Amino acid sequence: MSTVLFDTPGPRTQARHRIYSTAAWLLLVLAIAGFVWRMQTEGELTYAKWEPLITPVFVKALLLDGVLNTVKMAVFAVVFALIIGLVLGVGKLSDRSWVRWPSWVVVEFFRAVPLLLLIIFIYFTYGVGDGIGSFWSVVIGLTLYNGSVLAEVFRAGVNAVPAGQAEAAYAIGMRKTQVMTLVLLPQAVKIMLPAIISQMVVALKDTSLGYYILAPGLTTVGRQIYGEFKNQFQVALVMAALYIGLNLILTFLATKVQHRLVGEKTPLVLADGDVGNVQSGRAL
Amino acid sequence: MDDIFSRFDLVLRAFWLTIQLLVISGIISTVFGTVLAAMRVGPVSVLSKLGALYVSLVRNTPLLVVFIFVFVAAPTLGWFVETPFLLKGTIALTVYTSAFVCEAIRAGINSVALGQAEAARAIGLTFTGTMREVILPQAFRATVPPLASVLIALAKNTSVAAAFGLMEATGRMRFFTNNNADDRPLIFLTFALGYIIIVETMSFGAATLERRWRVAK
Repeated sequence: MSTVLFDTPGPRTQARHRIYSTAAWLLLVLAIAGFVWRMQTEGELTYAKWEPLITPVFVKALLLDGVLNTVKMAVFAVVFALIIGLVLGVGKLSDRSWVRWPSWVVVEFFRAVPLLLLIIFIYFTYGVGDGIGSFWSVVIGLTLYNGSVLAEVFRAGVNAVPAGQAEAAYAIGMRKTQVMTLVLLPQAVKIMLPAIISQMVVALKDTSLGYYILAPGLTTVGRQIYGEFKNQFQVALVMAALYIGLNLILTFLATKVQHRLVGEKTPLVLADGDVGNVQSGRAL
Repeated sequence: MDDIFSRFDLVLRAFWLTIQLLVISGIISTVFGTVLAAMRVGPVSVLSKLGALYVSLVRNTPLLVVFIFVFVAAPTLGWFVETPFLLKGTIALTVYTSAFVCEAIRAGINSVALGQAEAARAIGLTFTGTMREVILPQAFRATVPPLASVLIALAKNTSVAAAFGLMEATGRMRFFTNNNADDRPLIFLTFALGYIIIVETMSFGAATLERRWRVAK
C-alpha cells in the first residue's frame, strides 16, 4: 500500500531521503547516547544495581514466582473466559428473551467497567483474609472481563457464518442445538481465531494489574525486588522485556496453531459491520 | 450507604480527574499517533522502522509497566521528579495509547481504495499532497470506529493511574470501600455506573460520527 502513496524516488528525492535518514539516525544515536550518559551520571550503570537481576536467587524468583504465576493466571483466565464467553455469546444469540437479556446486561457491564476497578472490588470484598486470595481475585476479574469480550467475539463470529449454512442445517432437520454445535460454531471458530489470539495477549498483559493487590506475578515480584535494592529502572527494563518476550512467544504459538487448525495462510477477517463494537471492549 | 452519598462531591471530583486524564491524553495521543502513522507509511525507511519498533514494543508492554517506568523508574534517572501526578499519568497514558492510535490510523489509511492514491499520484500530487488532500481526509473517516475503540480503552485505562496515587475514580472507590465494608457492592456499582456512562457516551458519539461521516463507496 505505502508504495502507491509516492513515486519511486528519483535522484534528487533519494538525496533528500538520505538527508532525512542521516538526520533521523543522528537524532536516534544522540538520544541513546544522551540516555546512556544520563544513566552513567546517575549511577544507574553500576554493577550493584544490576547484580540482583543476575543473582540466581532473584533470577529464580523472577522466573518462577513471577513469570510462572503470571502465565498461570493468564492460562486460567483464558480457559475460563473461553467457557464463559461461549456461554454468554450463545446466550446473546438465544431466541428466548429471558436468556438473551441477562447475557446482554452481563456482557455490557463487564465490558464497560475498567478491569482494575473490578479486581479491586473483588479482592477487597471477597479476597482478603480468609477469602479467595489475590491470585484468584485477579483470575476472576480477568475471566469476567475477557469472557464478556469473547462473548461479543463469539456472537459476531457466529453471525458472520453465511446464513445459508444455518438454513441448510435446519432444512435437513437439525435441532437448534445441533445447528449451533455442529454447523455454526466450528465455522465461527475459524473466523474468530485472530480476535481470540489478540484477546489472549490482552489477558496476559492485564495480569500485570495484580501489582495493585500484590497478587503473585511478575509486577509484584519486580516491586519487591526494586523495593529492596532501589534499582527501579533496571527492574522495570527486565519486566518490560519479559512481558514483551512472553507476548511475542504467545502470538507466535497461537499463530502457528491457527495455521495448523485453519490451514489457511490468511484467515478470514471480520468486516467492520459484522464485528459491531467488538473492538470497543478490548483493553488494548 | 450514607457515606458515599453525603460525600458525593468526592465521587464527582474523582470522575472529573478521570475525564481530565482521558481528554488530555486522548488529544495528545491522537496527534502523536498520527505522526507515528505518517512515519510508518512514509518513504524514509529509518523512520518507518523506528515507528514499527515503537509500536511493537509498546503494544506488548502492559500499561502498568509503562506507568512503573514513568512513576517509579524515571525519577531514579532524575526525570519527572517534580512533575505533578496528573502530568505524569498523562505521559504514561500517552506513550501507551499513541501506539494503538498509530495502528488505528494505519488501518484507516490502508482502507482507502488504491485507486484514490493512484489518481492523486497521477495528477502529480507529492507524498505530502497525496496524504493531506486525498488519503488522510478519507482515512480519518474510516478511522473513526477503530480510533473510538482505542479512546474508549483509554477511558478505562485511566484507572491504572489509581495504582500510582492518583485519586481518580478507581482510586476513590478504593478509598470509599476502605471505610464502608458493608456497602462495597453499592459503592462498586456507583463507580461502575460512572464508567459505563463515560464509555457509552463515547461509543454513542462515535456511532453518530461514523454515520454522519460515512464515506460513499
